[in-house]
Amino acid sequence: MSETTQSGPMLSADGVPLKTSLARALRRQKIRALLLISPLLAFVLITFIIPIASMLFRSVGVLYLDMYRAVEAKAHTRLGSRLNYEQSGISSLFRTSGRKLEDVGEDFEDFFKDADSGMVKGPFWHGLMQGEGGEDLLNDRLGLLTDLTSLEASSDLGFTLSGETAALLPWAARAYADWALFTAIVDEDDVSKKKPWAGVYAALALDLADPATQSAVAAYSGSGAAELQAAVANIADMPATEFRAYFEDIDDKWVSGETWALLKVFGSQYTSGYFLNAVDMKLTPDGIEQRPDNERLYLKLFNRTLIMSMIITVSCILLGYPVAWLLANLPMRSANVLMILVLLPFWTSLLVRTSAWKVLLQQQGVINDIFVWLGFVADDARLVMMNNSTGTIIAMTHILLPFMILPLYSVMKTIPPSYLRAAKSLGATNWTAFWRVYFPQSVPGIGAGSILVFILAIGYYITPEIVGGTDGVFISNRIAYHISSSLNWGLAAALGTILLAVVMLLYWLYDRIVGIDNVKLGG
Amino acid sequence: MAKLRAMNEAGNITWDLVDVEGADSIRLCDEGLAMEIDHDSMLAAAPDGTSASDDFGDSIVSDCFIPQIVFSTTVGYRLDMVGDTPPTSICSLFDLDAYPGKRALNKRPLANVEWALLCDGVPKDEIYDVLATSEGQDRALAKLDTIKDSVIWWSAAAETPQLLADGEIVMGSTYNGRLFSAIAEQNQPIGMLWDAQMLDFDGWIVPAGLPEDRLARVMDFLNFATDTQRLADQAAYISYGPARASSAPLVGNHAELGIPMAPHMPTDPANAQNVFVTQYEFWADYRDDIDAKFQAWLAK
Amino acid sequence: MASTTQEFRPPFATFTAPLSALLAALFGFVVGNAYGEPWIGFVMGGVLGAIIAFAIDKLPFGRTQSRLGTIVILGLAGLMTGSAGGVVSGVLIGAVLSWFIYWLDRGEYRKNVPLYYTAGQTLWHNAFMLICGLIFFFLIAPLLPVMWLSFNAQDFFTFTPEMLNFEAAGYSLKHYRNFLTTEEWMIPLKNSLIIAPIATVISVSLGTLAAIGLSQSHVPARRAIMAILISPMIVPLIISATGMFFFYAPLGNWIELNLGLSQTFVGYVKVILAHAVLGVPFVIITVTATLVGFDNSLTRAAANMGANPVTTFFRVQMPLILPGVISGGLFAFITSFDEVVVVLFVGSARQQTLPWQMFTGLREQISPTILAAATILVVISIMLLTTVELLRRRSERLRGMSPG
Repeated sequence: MSETTQSGPMLSADGVPLKTSLARALRRQKIRALLLISPLLAFVLITFIIPIASMLFRSVGVLYLDMYRAVEAKAHTRLGSRLNYEQSGISSLFRTSGRKLEDVGEDFEDFFKDADSGMVKGPFWHGLMQGEGGEDLLNDRLGLLTDLTSLEASSDLGFTLSGETAALLPWAARAYADWALFTAIVDEDDVSKKKPWAGVYAALALDLADPATQSAVAAYSGSGAAELQAAVANIADMPATEFRAYFEDIDDKWVSGETWALLKVFGSQYTSGYFLNAVDMKLTPDGIEQRPDNERLYLKLFNRTLIMSMIITVSCILLGYPVAWLLANLPMRSANVLMILVLLPFWTSLLVRTSAWKVLLQQQGVINDIFVWLGFVADDARLVMMNNSTGTIIAMTHILLPFMILPLYSVMKTIPPSYLRAAKSLGATNWTAFWRVYFPQSVPGIGAGSILVFILAIGYYITPEIVGGTDGVFISNRIAYHISSSLNWGLAAALGTILLAVVMLLYWLYDRIVGIDNVKLGG
Repeated sequence: MAKLRAMNEAGNITWDLVDVEGADSIRLCDEGLAMEIDHDSMLAAAPDGTSASDDFGDSIVSDCFIPQIVFSTTVGYRLDMVGDTPPTSICSLFDLDAYPGKRALNKRPLANVEWALLCDGVPKDEIYDVLATSEGQDRALAKLDTIKDSVIWWSAAAETPQLLADGEIVMGSTYNGRLFSAIAEQNQPIGMLWDAQMLDFDGWIVPAGLPEDRLARVMDFLNFATDTQRLADQAAYISYGPARASSAPLVGNHAELGIPMAPHMPTDPANAQNVFVTQYEFWADYRDDIDAKFQAWLAK
Repeated sequence: MASTTQEFRPPFATFTAPLSALLAALFGFVVGNAYGEPWIGFVMGGVLGAIIAFAIDKLPFGRTQSRLGTIVILGLAGLMTGSAGGVVSGVLIGAVLSWFIYWLDRGEYRKNVPLYYTAGQTLWHNAFMLICGLIFFFLIAPLLPVMWLSFNAQDFFTFTPEMLNFEAAGYSLKHYRNFLTTEEWMIPLKNSLIIAPIATVISVSLGTLAAIGLSQSHVPARRAIMAILISPMIVPLIISATGMFFFYAPLGNWIELNLGLSQTFVGYVKVILAHAVLGVPFVIITVTATLVGFDNSLTRAAANMGANPVTTFFRVQMPLILPGVISGGLFAFITSFDEVVVVLFVGSARQQTLPWQMFTGLREQISPTILAAATILVVISIMLLTTVELLRRRSERLRGMSPG
C-alpha cells in the first residue's frame, strides 16, 4: 500500500492507470445501459413521439389560398370553416359564395352562346388557346395549382398555351390555363374535348369589355377569330363586368374591409391564431383582443378541467388511503382476497362501468329509487346526480380509484409496522403516531397516486361525455369535438398542445419533488 | 367525417362506401372528399323505366349523394307522464307548465333551432331567413334558454329511447325509427308526435380517390342495394321510408311483427301534415356558424 | 383465537341490548319511512331488536341456529308485506341484524384488536373497518347492477317491474345467447384476444430490457429518457389517437405497396404497435420499481462465478423481478384489452375489438348484450385472480413457508 502513495498515478492490475481504467469501465457501463434502453426508446420515438409532434404542428400551419381557384379545388369551404373561428359568419360566406360564383359565370356563358353557339364548345376554346409562347404563364399557374392541391405536376398536359392569345386576352388565357391544368391533372380528362368551366366565360367577358381588346380582336385572325368577332359585335348585350357588384350581390360582406383584412391576417404561412383562439382571444387586423363574451369558452373549460381533476384526485386520496392501509396491514391471505375486489372494477371495461354509473345515478336510477322507496326524498324531488359535474366526479373517482390504491399500497407495504408500535410504546397517542411517524413515510405513495390520477383525469374523455351533461365536460371533449365533428384540427391541436404543456409541467414538478422512479403500481 | 378527411389527407382510403346524412354529404362533396356520381348511368332505373335521378327526385341533395332512406327527427313522449292530454304540437317541448319534467334534445343545433323559432312565433316559411341572421340565431338560442335547465343533451340517437324507457324524461327528440322500435318491438309506454318532424335523407357516398377495382365492386353493390325492390325491402325492418318514389307502393309488412309498415313511414300522408324538409344548402352553409354559437351556448 | 370469544362476554343489559336495539330501531325507521310512519317503525324496530338480542344472549342456541332463526323470522315478517321485495329486505335485515347482535354479544368485536386497547380505540378500529367496507362496496357496487341487468328480458338498461318482483318473465338469457352465438360479438372477442397478448409481449419484452438499462447507476440523460418512455401514459388519449392515425395511415400504405402484405395483416400490425406503445409506461414503472430494491451484487456474484450476462439475466435477475414484470404485463394487457379511442382511429373494420364493439353497442343500439359481455369478462377475471391466489398459496405451502 505504501508504495503506491510514493510514485506516479495509481495503476490497476493490468498496469493501466486506474483513472483511465475506471473511465473506460464507466463508459462501457453507460453504453451497455443505452444499448438496453435503445430498442424501446427507438420504438417509442418512432411510433409515438413523432406522430404526436407532427399532429401538434398542425396548430401553427394554415392554408394559403386564392379564393378563385380554391372554389374549384374545393378547399374554400375548409378555409371558411377555419376562419369562422376568428369571425363567425365567414364560413357561410365562403360556402354560399362558392356556390353562387358558378351562377355569375353562367350569365356570361349564356351571352356567348347567343352570340355564337360554337363558343360554348370545347374545340373553339382549345383552338383559340393552343399554341406556343405562353409557357411562362402556364407554368405560373401550374405552380399555384400544385401549391394548392399538393398534387404532383405531370409532365404531359396535352396542352400548351398560345402566347399570342395570352397577350390578346390576358384574363381569359389565365382562367383557361387554370381550367386546363385542373382538367388535365386533377380530372385526368382530355382538354381539347371538354368545355371550360363557367369562370372562363366571365374572364373572357372581362377582356372583351376593354375597348382596346375589342379593337385588337377585330385585327385578330387566328383560330376562333370569327366567334370572338361575333361576340364583340354583340357587346352591347353583354352583362356588365362589374364583378364587385356581383360579389356584393352574393353577400355584402365581400365588400367590407373586415373580411379582406381577416384573410390577410391569416394569409401567412404560420399563425398564432389557433393558440389565441384556444385561450379565448382573437387576432384581428388591429391586433390581439379578447373574444366577445358569448364566444368565450376555452379558458373556462381549462379551469373546470383542472378544478374537477383536483377534486377527483383528492377524493381518490380520501377513499384510497384507508383501503391501502388496510391492505398493507392485513395478513397476506386476507389482503390478497381484498385485492381482488380492488382489481375487479379495474378489469371491467371502462364503458361498462360508466354505463353502470348511469344506471345508478340517473333520476329514475337505482340510488334515487332506493331513496324514494325509503322515503328520504320525495318522488318529485329526486336528486340530480348525473349529467352534471357531480356525475362526472363520482364516476371518475370510482374509475381512477385503483390507480390511487395500487401505488399507495406498494409504498405502505414497505413501511415496517414496528415503527408505529415503537412510537406508541414511547408514549405517542394513536393519532400522533400515525400523523408524525406513519403518514410522512406514506407521502411518496400519495404523490405517485395523485400524479397518476390527476394526469389520467385531465385527459379523460369518454366518461365525462356519457355522464357529464353540459357542465361536467372536460377540455378533452372539446378536442374530440373539433377533431371529429367540426374538423377544425388546427384548433384541436392548439388545445391539445396547451393541455400537454400543463401535463408536462406537472410531470416535471413531480419528477423534481418526488422523482418518477418512486411511482409504483402494486406488486 | 373526420376519419374520411384524415384518410384523404393521408392518401389511405380504407373505406369503400360511407353511410352519411344528407347535410354531411354536401359538406363532403364541397370538400372534394366524396366522389361525384352520375346517378342515371350508375344506378338502376325504376322497373317502369323511370331514370334513377327522376325516381329519387329531390332526395338527391348533392352530386355525390346516393340516397337510400327517408327518416325524420321527431319527438317521443312517455304516455304515463303526460296525463290525459298527450302533446299534439311540437311546442309542447317548450311548455314546461303543461308537461313538467326533463326533455332530451340533440347536442347539435339541427332541428332544435328550427323548433325553437317555430314556437317563438316565426312563420314556418320564414324560419330559414331568420336563422340566416345573427339576431335570428340568438333568438332561437334565447327560446332554448327557457328550457335549458330541463334538457338532457344526447349525442347518440339510442339515448332518447333508453331515457324514455327509464322514465327519466317526459319527452325527447330522436329518429322516428328508434321510436317505432321502442313502441312496436319493445312495447314501451311511449307515444310519438309527427308534428313538425324534420325530414332528412340518409344514403351513401363513395370516397373520392378509390382505386379502379374497388370502385367497380362498390358500384356493383350500390346498383343492387339501391334498386327499387331492395329499398322497399329494408322498410320491413325499421320504419324508414325508401328514398325512391317507385319503392313506396312495394313497402310491405314488418319482418317479425307482421304489421303493415306504410302507416309508420314519415312520408305517409297522415304523418306528413306538418313537415320540415331539412334545408341542406342552408345547413351546409351555416352549420359552422350556428354550431359554434350553439356549443358556446351549451357550455355556459 | 377461540379463547377470547369464550372468555369475554360484554355486559348484556348496558351494552349488547341497547346497541342491538339501536340498530334494529334504525332499520325500523327506514322500513317505517317507506310506509310513511318512520317513528312507529323506529320504536317497533327497537323493541324487536332488544327481544332478538335477549333471545340470542340467553337461549342455548349455537351461532348458525340463532342466525338462521332470526333470518327466517324477519323473512316471514317481510312476506306479510306481500311482495318479493319485502321478503328479500326481511332476509337481508335479518342477516345483518343477527350477525351484528352475535358479534356484539360474544365479544367478537374485540377479536382483531390487542387486549390492551381501550373501548375508544376498539370503537375506532371497528369504525375504520366499517369505512373500509363501505369503500370496497363503492368499488364493487357498480358491477352489481351490471350483472343483474344482463339477465334483463328487455332490450333496455332498465329494471323492469317484473325484474324487481323477481318474476321469471322479467329475466332471460337472450343477451348471453346473443353474445356467444353472433359473429358481431365473437369476431371482436377473437380480435381482442389476438391483439392484446401480442401487444403485451412487445411492451413487456422491450420495457423490461429498458427498465434494466434505466436502473443502472450511470445513465446519461436519464430524466429525459424516462420522460419520453412515460409519455404515452400522460399524453391525452385523443391526441395520441389522431397523431398515430396520421402516422400509421401512410406507413400502412407503404408497407402494403412495398412489402406486398395484405391489408388485413397490416391493419393488425398497426393496432398492435399502437397498443404496445400505450402499454410501455406501465411496464417501465412497475419494473423499475421492482429493480429499485434489486441487489446488484447478485449479478456481480453470478458474473464472478462465470455466468455470462444472458445466463445471469435469465437465471438470477429475472426470477427476482418477475413479480414486477408480471404486474406490468397485466397492466399492459388490460390497457390494450380495454382501449377504445386509439383503435377507433387506427384500426379498420377488420380489427374491430371488443371495447370497440361495446362502444358501438352503447352509442348506436343501447343493448344489454354489452352487459352480458362484461359479466362474462368479470367472471373470467374473478376465476383468473382466484386461481393465481390459490396457486400462490399452494406454492407457499409446498415451499414450507408459513402463510404470510
